[in-house]
Amino acid sequence: MSGQLVAAGLPWPPSVEDFYPPDVAGPWVTKFTLMIWLAVGLLIIFFMATYRNPKLVPSKGQWMAESVYGLVRDNIAREQMGKDGIRFAPYFTVLFCFIVVTNLFGVVPGLQISPNSHIAFPIVLALVSYVMYLYIGARKHGLARYLKQSLILPGVPWPMHFLLIPIEFLQTFVVRPVTLAVRLFANMFAGHLILLVFTVGGFVMLASDNLFVQISSLAAFLMAIVMAFFEVLVALLQAYVFVTLTANYIGSSLADEH
Amino acid sequence: MTDLAAISGSVNTIGYGLAAIGPGIGVALVFAAYIQASARQPESAGYNRTWLVLGFALVEALALFGLVLAFAVS
Repeated sequence: MSGQLVAAGLPWPPSVEDFYPPDVAGPWVTKFTLMIWLAVGLLIIFFMATYRNPKLVPSKGQWMAESVYGLVRDNIAREQMGKDGIRFAPYFTVLFCFIVVTNLFGVVPGLQISPNSHIAFPIVLALVSYVMYLYIGARKHGLARYLKQSLILPGVPWPMHFLLIPIEFLQTFVVRPVTLAVRLFANMFAGHLILLVFTVGGFVMLASDNLFVQISSLAAFLMAIVMAFFEVLVALLQAYVFVTLTANYIGSSLADEH
Repeated sequence: MTDLAAISGSVNTIGYGLAAIGPGIGVALVFAAYIQASARQPESAGYNRTWLVLGFALVEALALFGLVLAFAVS
């Protein structure tokens, strides 16, 4: 029986329903669409303001924007794709910043849920990467050669191909985009759930009629604060992982040999 | 016959616990290898970090599948 730990008005235990805040105005204007537009607006304003008048000795804003771009270009694009990566660096930078900002909405007071905790948004981002690396591979090598290159491993005995071609097909065309989307989604989903468990759980414990349980709620609130910082780390890490994997996939499409 | 003890809840929780064993070991191996590699050859730490994150992300995906399925399958 979990009935003894129920506080009035609080959803306990946390469930999937907690991920659907009420619509702001009709089904097309939800909290999530507003947050997406907010993220897009913030990024446009930030990069416009910092790059409108670039100087040789950068101002504070320009330095920040250049640091982000430099990080993505040197640590992600060049590391994963070599010299070819430089021309993709602007896209990766925008992708990285967009995911970081939308992920960080999960810990911003007032917003407190990341749009990426709904699978729809990561699916779109993963689809962009998916179409991108397929298109780039097909454009560089031609469709037939690209398929041959990504399906047929060189230097294996021919009967092994009956086993290897389906595995390679699954790996390149199914598992990659699915894991790309699910990884981002599940991390944000789990993060929001963890924060809900500790904060709502703290209030539920506080509403208990047992003094010991009431005092123990302090631990739950402390844990909620620790987990909020952990969520910031996860938000940055997942953005980095998403962009790194996208760069890796595009790089493997561009590669000449298997 | 009366019930002596009973619990309620979803069996999916147990399933997720089981699903987390493998990725837990896998993530531990990835980080152990990274620490060992950069302890033996500190100048390679920067180069290995990219592959650390990549390997970590690929292994962790399995645990996250378990988490998602724990909620999706009811």
